[in-house]
Amino acid sequence: MREKISETEVLRVADLARLELTEAEKTRMTEQMNQILNYMETLNELETEGIEPMTHAIQLQNVFRPDEIKESLDRELGLANAPQSDGANFIVPKVI
Amino acid sequence: MELEPVIGLEVHAQLLTKSKIFCGCSTTFGASPNLHTCPVCLAMPGVLPVLNKEVVEFTLRMALATHCHISPISRFARKNYFYPDLPKGYQISQYELPIARNGWLEIEGDEAPKRIRIHRIHMEEDSGKLIHDEFQPVSYVDFNRTGVPLMEIVSEPDIRSPREASGYLRALREILRYLEICDGNMEEGSFRCDANISLRPPGREQLGVKAEIKNLNSFKNVQKALEFEIRRQRTLLERGESIVQETRLWDAGRNVTVSMRGKEEAHDYRYFPDPDLVPVVVDESWVEEVRQALPELPESKKERFSSQWGLPSHDAQVLISSRSLADYFEAVVKAFPRPKMASNWILSELLRELNRDERDMDACPITPQNLAELLQLIESGVLSGKIAKNVFQSMYETGDSPGNIVKKQGLIQVTDEGAIEAVIAEVLAENPEEVSRYQKGKEKLFGFFVGQVMKKTKGKANPQLVNDLLRKKLQPVK
Repeated sequence: MREKISETEVLRVADLARLELTEAEKTRMTEQMNQILNYMETLNELETEGIEPMTHAIQLQNVFRPDEIKESLDRELGLANAPQSDGANFIVPKVI
Repeated sequence: MELEPVIGLEVHAQLLTKSKIFCGCSTTFGASPNLHTCPVCLAMPGVLPVLNKEVVEFTLRMALATHCHISPISRFARKNYFYPDLPKGYQISQYELPIARNGWLEIEGDEAPKRIRIHRIHMEEDSGKLIHDEFQPVSYVDFNRTGVPLMEIVSEPDIRSPREASGYLRALREILRYLEICDGNMEEGSFRCDANISLRPPGREQLGVKAEIKNLNSFKNVQKALEFEIRRQRTLLERGESIVQETRLWDAGRNVTVSMRGKEEAHDYRYFPDPDLVPVVVDESWVEEVRQALPELPESKKERFSSQWGLPSHDAQVLISSRSLADYFEAVVKAFPRPKMASNWILSELLRELNRDERDMDACPITPQNLAELLQLIESGVLSGKIAKNVFQSMYETGDSPGNIVKKQGLIQVTDEGAIEAVIAEVLAENPEEVSRYQKGKEKLFGFFVGQVMKKTKGKANPQLVNDLLRKKLQPVK
């Protein structure tokens, strides 16, 4: 299996995703991500010359809603899962 | 060392839609925290964003008004980063395929009118608001602003001075207001600006290393921050040191820009097309429809004010600075077709009062019809210029018509020669010494006599007549 992603790159992605990995996880993730990327390589066998890249599997465009106000969620419900709240705000550890 | 500043600006304009960009929550400013939120803007699992069509319409207006090329297909992308004001962990924005590119805007340059090219315009969602607790290590998150539509307008690095930067921003804001798509309030954050700035020897093609300045929340701050940054970079370069590419924050309290290095981690936004949103396809007929509905824009209005009304460029420039002011002027001229006189009164008297009271044109107590009537009274000689200014004051204070005020206060100008001659005779009789001094050559005393006559007539005598008659009467008897 060809290495498509190094352990350093895996660590960088983990860092961007705010994930902390143990030594064992580092190795396992690197292995698995390489497997996934190698599997994706299969797609390269297809001839895609001259075919527009697409981002959706269905041909759909211009799905809009009119500019109308809909009732918002009851604030109590919105805050229900907040780790901490004062009844109006979500309260989180200070980040500057 | 001669160095030239190279400046590019990124503007975020909050769009004046009623509802948010991807959900039906209200965009009204100033509501109690988190009242305008729903599963979509709070990023509950399983929800789907649906694009507000008005956001596309508004952006198309701006794109056409700034001569942009409209992309037939544009797409939304996810910009990934973690911050507590961003509930999804990504911001929906546009990346590879923005809705518009390659436009331009004309501004008053340092030397001559100048075109500033626009690199791109795209649509995106605003983030929430964080308030940091002063005493405890916590922050309060309000998601009311999350998902309010933003239009980002990115200029090319065509700006060469802080003054030009301010001119570009003003021109941009004028257009947004004319189009009625953004209220352009920098202090409240509905019109925000980040600046990229670098220095280079004039004539060199290659750009220097730039700094990005954030937190510029007024026109004055934009100018001051750029001036500071030019001095800072110049000093470093002259010492032979190099500029570090970084983001800096403007500290308006201390009048300096401060490096954000260390506080900000290296960004890797890992943009990718948002699978939840389908492409936006804008065909020729949609573009044409929007184009037909565009109002007259500041640029062409200014030209028309010069050609149609014969106004000097300065007058035209000020009058078009807001759509309501321009409309006011035209309403006055419609009832009183002497444009220059109307312009003079609006620019000097009316704007002075409005500016002093920090009132908008929309809150102007004097209707255009009343101002036209006042000008008509001056024109026909019923009021002297001086009295007219007093009437104007009363109009501004009470909102009453000049006709009523003149009637109530008995202010009609005295143009009856006999009456004025009688007053002059009185004045001369009371001041024999001044008369003889004047006749011996002390001509400066003329103003004194005019003043006395005006005082006796409570300012109502026609000044031209007073002058003429006084001169006649004061001639030494030979």
